[in-house]
Amino acid sequence: MDQIVSGGGSPARSGGLLYSGNDWNFQIIRDCYDAIEEIATRELGLEIYTNRVEIITSEQMLDVYTAHGMPVGYKHWSFGKRFIGHENAYRRGLMGLAYEVVINSDPCISYLMEENSATMQALVIAHAAFGHNHFFRNNRLFREWTDPSDILDYLEFARGYIARCEERHGLRAVERVLDAAHALQNQGVNRHSGARKLDLKAEQQRAKERRAYEDSVFNDLWRTLPTEAGDAAGTAEGAHARRLLGLPEENLLYFLEKNAPRLAPWEREIIRIVRMIAQYFYPQPQVKMMNEGCATWVHVYIMRRLHELGRIDDAAYLEVIHSTSNVINQPGFDAGGGASFNPYALGYAMMTDIVRICTEPTAEDREWFPDIAGNGDAIGTLRHAWAEYRDESFIQQFLSPKVIRDFRMFRLNDDTAQPYLLVDAIHDEAGYRDIRRSLARVYDPGTFYTEIEIVDVDLLGDRTLKLEHRTRAGQLLQAGDTRQTLDYLASLWGYGVVLNEVDAQTGTVLATHSAGPSQ
Amino acid sequence: MDIIDRRPNPHGKNLENRRRVLQRARSAVQTAVRDAVARGRIREVGQGNAVSVPSDSLHEPSLHRVFSEGVREIVLTGNREFSRGDRLQRPPSGAGGQGSGAGQAGESGGGEDSFRFVLSRDEFLDLFFDDLELPDLLKREISTTENGVPARSGLSNEGAPSHLDLGRTMRRSIARRLGLGRPKPAELQEVEERIAELEALRPASAEDLEELEGLRERRGTLRQRLARIPWVDPVDLRFRRYTIMPQPATRAVMFCIMDVSGSMTERMKDLAKQFFLLLHVFLERRYKKVEIVFIRHAESAEEVDEDAFFHDPRTGGTIVSSALELMHTIQRERFPSANWNIYVAQASDGDNASSDTMRTASLLRDDILPAVQYYAYIEITGSGAVIRGETDLWRSYRAIADENDHLAIRQVGDRKEIFPVFRDLFSRQHHSAEA
Repeated sequence: MDQIVSGGGSPARSGGLLYSGNDWNFQIIRDCYDAIEEIATRELGLEIYTNRVEIITSEQMLDVYTAHGMPVGYKHWSFGKRFIGHENAYRRGLMGLAYEVVINSDPCISYLMEENSATMQALVIAHAAFGHNHFFRNNRLFREWTDPSDILDYLEFARGYIARCEERHGLRAVERVLDAAHALQNQGVNRHSGARKLDLKAEQQRAKERRAYEDSVFNDLWRTLPTEAGDAAGTAEGAHARRLLGLPEENLLYFLEKNAPRLAPWEREIIRIVRMIAQYFYPQPQVKMMNEGCATWVHVYIMRRLHELGRIDDAAYLEVIHSTSNVINQPGFDAGGGASFNPYALGYAMMTDIVRICTEPTAEDREWFPDIAGNGDAIGTLRHAWAEYRDESFIQQFLSPKVIRDFRMFRLNDDTAQPYLLVDAIHDEAGYRDIRRSLARVYDPGTFYTEIEIVDVDLLGDRTLKLEHRTRAGQLLQAGDTRQTLDYLASLWGYGVVLNEVDAQTGTVLATHSAGPSQ
Repeated sequence: MDIIDRRPNPHGKNLENRRRVLQRARSAVQTAVRDAVARGRIREVGQGNAVSVPSDSLHEPSLHRVFSEGVREIVLTGNREFSRGDRLQRPPSGAGGQGSGAGQAGESGGGEDSFRFVLSRDEFLDLFFDDLELPDLLKREISTTENGVPARSGLSNEGAPSHLDLGRTMRRSIARRLGLGRPKPAELQEVEERIAELEALRPASAEDLEELEGLRERRGTLRQRLARIPWVDPVDLRFRRYTIMPQPATRAVMFCIMDVSGSMTERMKDLAKQFFLLLHVFLERRYKKVEIVFIRHAESAEEVDEDAFFHDPRTGGTIVSSALELMHTIQRERFPSANWNIYVAQASDGDNASSDTMRTASLLRDDILPAVQYYAYIEITGSGAVIRGETDLWRSYRAIADENDHLAIRQVGDRKEIFPVFRDLFSRQHHSAEA
């Protein structure tokens, strides 16, 4: 267990209200934190990164939104666009601001809004500084894919580097690379090729050394040498060359960074920065439902315990219940506003359900979950789930018939060849497994990331880059966007680009997009 | 745990990013801004304005799939009446059934249709007047007189009372009084009270008398010191010192001449005012130092202030030369052409007393045009009285315009045309050739 250094306020001072009324001050926040920490570590056994709580205004919250919660970021117009969008929505009352934002870093930074009441501050601390924090620290995906201790330094480096590039090469030149790299950032992630941990600190060091080396060996004379001498060497060894290039490659940004022939070193570095940050954010959507469920369950548990221990009064506890039930509200499919699942609702329902299965199992639970039903260790089971699963596998493993019934889930079969939609599973004995499988598939990264690979480069000819998109049942790429994105890709690659959409089963080409080199 | 209060941190972290968005969408935003002006009134324009631009210019493309045909399965919640095998009417395309499968539906390419900006007044006007300039302003810049602007330059021991630096003076006064040991008036008062008390004692003991003696002596010293050491001495005085710094100034004056006679209908006056308002905002924005003279005329001309010019109704017959005469007089008296860049904008419906047109033309050609930098004449067309085409005034002005480059004449028939004409008159191209 982490020994957290807390500022003053002894935990021994138990009993008695932590505060009353709505107003908070820094002492109240400290006292609440200590009381919450006591419950979180003693009773729940949460392991967390050192916490840092920052109080911000609503205006600063808009800044935080813009940068995905990151405290520093490089400059780019797309952030301004996001900022203006949020700002408009907020000013016109279309959007409320979150009570809190927390980021996966070590120390773990939680932003609390100054407008929150004392109860909300306590709730938010329990939710973010303990719930999310524990999840960030323990979940496999985060442990394997991200390096929270260095991300803040890396972002600082990225901002500085890009600002220096802007000074040296001009805004326009930097923006060209950033625009293109942003368009490709979903294809800038290693998904399959090994879970190597990113060492961002070494990353920075490496970049610095490489730059220094390039500066030291720079000789303008080389520029005057004829260039095609090397090209002639390559003859019929296409396959060999492909292997050398590491094809096929799913990480387009990585490929460009390493192999694009016409990029300057600083341009490669910028591509690398975009790639690193995309990689850092890569796990988040895959565990969103669990992460929110975990944090919500933790704050509900802690706030209930605080109330039981007499540390918060009835009024405060009612506020907790009110706010929580707002958050975990799941509108029905016909309630308007889309029919998607509320990750808080589903996550919280599943966490509560696991506790129920562990402590008061029914016959049905014993049949469905023989290994955990009635094991009496609800918190241990939850901690195990939080650490080892992602949304897809979590649903596959733990979605119980009871939750399916509670949500009154049903499955529609949408076949565009038919004039109707078919209800092919509902919450009954025959439908549970179908619904569970389909729902899990929604959270499968394979369904929300597009599988695109670089398969070949025409090394002997005009260097055209060949890509392949393996489609899933009738889901082709959106044509307009694809064209624009390929233009960006071609501008980085420097030569033509062709993208074939191929049916995954039969291998027939369904559509072809291409873009010529710019300039 | 640390708690950090970020609230006092510098705000506006995203101002730079926001600026870059504006930069990127500049042409789109500019079009939107100009549309907004064309539609609305200029006065309202420029205060907390929201403009919408098509989001094409800000679109961020990515490779993503859309479901077009085939089979998919959607899990939904809130089933009330369906059982297995039910067939449902397909909702009208796009209306329902989307939003399943995270990130797959809902963003069919174009994304949002338009993007809303709220611009500050400055941003708005900057975009609005971008690349407009007073023609030929550069020409006489070098020859303009230099203005003196007082600038702070330390302190001095003497100066006008209005420049007295009270804080510094009093600080020195206190220091001097303490240093020289000036007694406080309260101290003297105390001594005097004690003396009076002792004097009142009868009979007085020897001790009292002795004390009285001592006190009287002390009183003498105190009075002497108080009188000798002044409360504020001339050596304490400190004055703020100003030095006159020469500052080159472009001096320009704009004459706005408007016909308010009876033949100008309300609509036409409105158009003319629109033009001048535009001009006014433009000048205010671009040139801090431009003097503006408002002249309106019917059968006689008068100089009025801004408010009366735009808001006071007045009618009558039309004698254009009266306005030109007045303008010429004012110019000669107050704005000698050796020192000033002079611009004139005139709006009229082209109607004039026929006997006056000759005189107007000669006044313009012989007296005014040689003295001014630029003369813009806009004629509001569409008056019922005058047949569309050429009015007397227009014809005579055109003849002069053919000989003089710096007389520009345009016709305006509709509110929509105001801004294009305005741009036409003041766009930078006018002098880009020589720049």
